[in-house]
Amino acid sequence: MALRFEVLGRFNRARAAQLTLPHFACQTPLFMPVGTQGTIKGLTTDQLEEIGCQIILGNTYHLALRPTSELIDELGGLHKFMNWPRALLTDSGGFQMVSLLHLADITEKGVTFQSPVDGKPMLLTPEESIQIQNRIGADIIMALDDVVRTTITGPRIEEAMYRTLRWVDRCIAAHKRPHDQNLFGIVQGGLDPVLRDICVRGLVDRNLPGYAIGGLAGGEDKDSFWRVVAQCTAALPEDKPRYVMGVGYPLDIVVCSALGADMYDCVYPTRTARFGTALVPEGVLKLKHNAMVNDTRPIDPTCACMVCKNYTRAYIHCLVTKDAMGSQLLSYHNLYYMLQLSRNLHSSIVEGRFPEFVCDFLQKMFPKGDVPEWVCNAMDVAGIDISSCCSS
Amino acid sequence: MKFAVKALSSGKARAGVVHLGSCPSSIETPCLLLSTRKGLPIFISPDLLSSLPSPDSNLLQFSPLHLEVSKRCVNIGQEAGWGDTTPNFDSSEGPSPKTISSIGGLHQMVGLHEYGFAAVARDSIQCLPECGSTNKTGASFETPCGRRLIKPVEYMEMITSMKPNLWATLADEVPAWANNKRNKTSVDRTVKWLDECIARSPAGGAVFGSIVGGSNIEERKRCAQEVAVRNVSGYWIGGFGLGESMEERPSLLNAVTDNLPKDWPRMICGLGLPEEVLQGVAAGVDLFDSAYIYHLTIGGFALTFPLDRTEKIDYNYQLSDQGSDRTKINLRATVYRKDATPIVEDCCCYTCQNHTKAYINHLLNVHEMLAQILLEIHNTHHYLGFFRSIREAIKEGCFEQFQKKFVQSRREHLAADVVSV
Ligand SMILES: [Zn+2]
Ligand SMILES: [Zn+2]
Repeated sequence: MALRFEVLGRFNRARAAQLTLPHFACQTPLFMPVGTQGTIKGLTTDQLEEIGCQIILGNTYHLALRPTSELIDELGGLHKFMNWPRALLTDSGGFQMVSLLHLADITEKGVTFQSPVDGKPMLLTPEESIQIQNRIGADIIMALDDVVRTTITGPRIEEAMYRTLRWVDRCIAAHKRPHDQNLFGIVQGGLDPVLRDICVRGLVDRNLPGYAIGGLAGGEDKDSFWRVVAQCTAALPEDKPRYVMGVGYPLDIVVCSALGADMYDCVYPTRTARFGTALVPEGVLKLKHNAMVNDTRPIDPTCACMVCKNYTRAYIHCLVTKDAMGSQLLSYHNLYYMLQLSRNLHSSIVEGRFPEFVCDFLQKMFPKGDVPEWVCNAMDVAGIDISSCCSS
Repeated sequence: MKFAVKALSSGKARAGVVHLGSCPSSIETPCLLLSTRKGLPIFISPDLLSSLPSPDSNLLQFSPLHLEVSKRCVNIGQEAGWGDTTPNFDSSEGPSPKTISSIGGLHQMVGLHEYGFAAVARDSIQCLPECGSTNKTGASFETPCGRRLIKPVEYMEMITSMKPNLWATLADEVPAWANNKRNKTSVDRTVKWLDECIARSPAGGAVFGSIVGGSNIEERKRCAQEVAVRNVSGYWIGGFGLGESMEERPSLLNAVTDNLPKDWPRMICGLGLPEEVLQGVAAGVDLFDSAYIYHLTIGGFALTFPLDRTEKIDYNYQLSDQGSDRTKINLRATVYRKDATPIVEDCCCYTCQNHTKAYINHLLNVHEMLAQILLEIHNTHHYLGFFRSIREAIKEGCFEQFQKKFVQSRREHLAADVVSV
């Protein structure tokens, strides 16, 4: 195990912790921006440090394709290759294959897919995924799991869950750098509480450095989503980090943190920036909208980032979706927003004012008091009284 | 704006200083104006801009037309070849002059308070003169948002709201192949617009009178003489980089500068390559607005020519170095795939201090925006160094030797390449 996880504060199920990884001591809850190809689109590593980014996520599938894990290894690992001194996490590559390639097929051996380079059939086994991730050298690596869409039902879910457990053993056996890299297991089981329970127990038995909740954020209804998170966080060990994969909407992060999750990742903040949308406490602000043409206010008057301190909505409006600088500046703001949200979650839990923070957050996002029912239900389970910001 | 010539070489090249109200310190000339799009460098965000040498990097070029109503604009993702380009956007507007005024002008709008802005309608990248559609009412430009005709009164409305430190009057620029009649018209119009612009010029902001005349020496001379008697604070030399040959350029440049008073700054647009800049400096030009860095960056090139003047300019690259033409390297070349060294070993720019050729090669391969950011930083840094060498050479009285040596050595190496191929 190459990490330390110290809980610094709690509020019911929510926790704020220090997660010490080989390259960085992180404060949780935390959001991890996605740097698919060894870069966060449009930002330098200095800027990422400046806005308080602690962990960057790299996509194994993309990196293995270009520049290849062998080259990254030869040049001293991904930290050195992209000059990022803080922590990195790589996914297993399986999810990317299943979601990006039409011809991916999963068997007991691994994920078979057609090479996007030469069209030849290729096989990604659990052993190979770990070998590639060992070469890339991230602080946290993910076990290869059998990914199924959350909207699928029936025996395929059960098969995938059991296969995920069998594969995790192959991943553990293949892991060559347990003293520098932390292998996280992924809880699967769809929306079925029984299967999720079996998977959590199975993974906990294997005593991994951390656990991820997978198979969510794939189009399932929100009520199912939070219930799976709540079930898994309740059953996972107190002294290990919990990572909800693919979650990145600010509201989802606040709810999951209230339920005891610690880590999140999503391409949403940077992708939406490139399409001209800013994240703000009220929700989103579409900078392309004609109403912005002569709006001389900053994107978010309460934001302390470089962009909000210097620029008007009118100016950003004429840059977005046309000039590189538009996506650079909006990505900067959006990531700042996500990282500031992480910091606020951490400090409000440590300082014992988490419920106030949650209410304040919900009030800004739902000024009319129309907080969605699933949020109310989840907060009830999390033991956070949000009645002051709900109208009914 | 204040300007003073501090040193002359044996020829006409001159070293001086320009002081602009918003810049905390004087900028030495000859100097490079950084290209911008809508007031910000194309890829270098404002926080990264401060990593470039100051005050050398504090003078920015700006085209007021960029903020005009823009329809069906080409997005930059297509230009640079990034993977997920956003769809072309149908109709969108820039802020109105009133809004720009209420924001407090250009400096305030782009958040660069300690920088100097030089406004010129043409930018050599996105806003090119289109002399066929220019008429007596205004100048026409080919822009990504279609053809735009700008009248002096509209242009002055933009200048008044944007408040650049200095601005060039509206010009009717013609390409090198324009006939004498068209050349004469272009001079007449440009001089007439000059008077119209001056009559509407706002307080503050130095007026640079535009000089045109295409490839006609007599018209160039006539235009310079007309502008020289007007009440301006500097001169903008237009109509270059529009098809004239390297050989005919010096006499055209001299026809202009020989007819201008010595104590006001001269700015030029359209000269970009190092040899072209040296031609301009040799004729006594002080400020260079150039699209060279932009074109290098978009092409994946990084400048590598030696900057140290005392060192014999010796491009000691191996002949097998496929990505190099000895002044620049193409980082897309596969030789850089595993190259763990910076672009230029002793370069102190952000890019070279933090990243390797291998990483930039990867970013280019996978169409990542950071490639252009890093390249624009290095190339700008490197070219500012080239201008510093030029100034030193002038101050030491050896600019002519510097120019000769530089051009000769490039030529020899190009010849050597041809032989070796
Ligand atoms: Zn902001
Ligand atoms: Zn450099």
